[in-house]
Amino acid sequence: MNDNELLEQIERYLNGEMTKQERAAFEILRSENAEINEKVVEHKHFTNLIKQYGERLELEKRLDAIHNEIDVETLEDELKIHPSFIVRLWRNHHSKISVAASIAIFSVLVTLFYTGYLTNRDQDYRYLSGEIAQIKQQMKTQQRVGMKVPVNPGNIRGTGFAVSSNGCIVTNFHVVRNADSVYVQSVDGKSYRAKVLYTEPQNDIAVLQINDTSFKTLGTLPYAFKNSETEIGESVFTLGYPRDAMVLGPGYLTASTGFNGATTDSTFYQVSIPVTFGNSGGPLLDNKGNIIGIIKASETHVEGANFAIKSNYLIKAIQDIPADSLNRPLILNTKNTLANLTRVQQIKKLQNYVFMVRVYNQ
Amino acid sequence: MNIESTSGTPTDSEVILGILNNSENVLKRLYVAYFPMVMQLIINNNGDADDAKDIYQEGIIILYNKVKTGDFELSSKLKTYIYSVCRRLWLKRLSQLNRYGGDIKDFEEYLAVDDETEKNNERDIQFNRMGDALNLLGEPCKTIIEDFYIHNRSMKEICENFGYTNADNAKTQKYKCLQRLKKLFFQQT
Repeated sequence: MNDNELLEQIERYLNGEMTKQERAAFEILRSENAEINEKVVEHKHFTNLIKQYGERLELEKRLDAIHNEIDVETLEDELKIHPSFIVRLWRNHHSKISVAASIAIFSVLVTLFYTGYLTNRDQDYRYLSGEIAQIKQQMKTQQRVGMKVPVNPGNIRGTGFAVSSNGCIVTNFHVVRNADSVYVQSVDGKSYRAKVLYTEPQNDIAVLQINDTSFKTLGTLPYAFKNSETEIGESVFTLGYPRDAMVLGPGYLTASTGFNGATTDSTFYQVSIPVTFGNSGGPLLDNKGNIIGIIKASETHVEGANFAIKSNYLIKAIQDIPADSLNRPLILNTKNTLANLTRVQQIKKLQNYVFMVRVYNQ
Repeated sequence: MNIESTSGTPTDSEVILGILNNSENVLKRLYVAYFPMVMQLIINNNGDADDAKDIYQEGIIILYNKVKTGDFELSSKLKTYIYSVCRRLWLKRLSQLNRYGGDIKDFEEYLAVDDETEKNNERDIQFNRMGDALNLLGEPCKTIIEDFYIHNRSMKEICENFGYTNADNAKTQKYKCLQRLKKLFFQQT
């Protein structure tokens, strides 16, 4: 029995085409011969696969035929969830929209590039911030300067006091040195033009004359000028303009001589009054209200030591003023009206005769 | 099955009996009844009408085979079963196509049906293999095999169709063809 004959037997057996005897004989053969049995099972399985393939193919054909009867397009329209107008617009035209947007962005960039906007932007900013920094700096400087310098500042400022009722004022020579113009300002804020009448540089004394049409007279001076030496320990005071307002400087006479660097100088008193540059030229008075000196601010740079020019040098200087430079002879007041007053009352009277000296030079 | 109605959605038991009896009418009504549901799922989840057709037919074939082999137990509504199977198949297809965004719009309830689709996958592989093997076999073998084993035609008819003078020659030819088909089928990996 060759393979083909066996296969035919198997097929007849599986298809039930065998007679009863044949079938019985084949079943015995099958149970005795494992190889044949295996072939039967294998053949059955394989022909089943072919059959299934055929059935499935046929089913698909049937389904396709049914499917073709369905109006798929109408159904699709009905079942599709329609997105909003904008989404549809995007889906249908997104390539066109993208291209348009790209061109727009590109052209904007090119325009910006060629107009120099992109390159200059940063520089502009730096200029601007530089300017702001400059302005800030200027403002700071102004603030700092503004604290020391008044609205109409003189280049140099000092203090002076009247020596006569007609407007002769004594101050320090160093205050008015190289002056182009000098103004004196009274305690009530009135400013008068003045000229330098006489100077004594060696004693640092200058005499000014108010030379202004608005100036009338000061009235009788309340203080006298003391010619004699004052003793150490005497309570003294000064009035001056270390700043825009008049300031009282109280203290004691602490030495009957000054010293300039290494050498003592008998022209000066030493006082314990704290003074600054603006006090220069201010009057030094004793308790009774006599002028005993002229404050000379610490030009010598010795700490804590302030000096005043003794009044006898002042008297001598006034006497030395050439007669032809005076309208009328200058007679120093010798009558002191402050002697028995309190300090407050003294100052009330005194303040009208103490001036701020402003010097302008180029 | 004389009381079988001829139009409208078939009842679930009608469908099962219809499949078992190869009823063309029931198959058609079944197909028409649930296609819109599956189509809605697919065209609103990144698919088109052709995808819907493929997936739905695959789903119907799964149901058909299951009923035919007798291991179909109706534990839920048939509608839910079909929807679940098709949903599972479509998710699989989407991930194969890298079109799955991790989110699917659902329109019906569904069940877990991994088993069904896995079994179907094996059947699919064998089906495709058989198709490939038959195509490689070439004529006249392909027609002889199809006529005899699929269409159950007798050797006599086949002899006449092919003009074989001798039925024995035809038989010999048929067995040769079968051997070659087996070879081709099992050779494929």
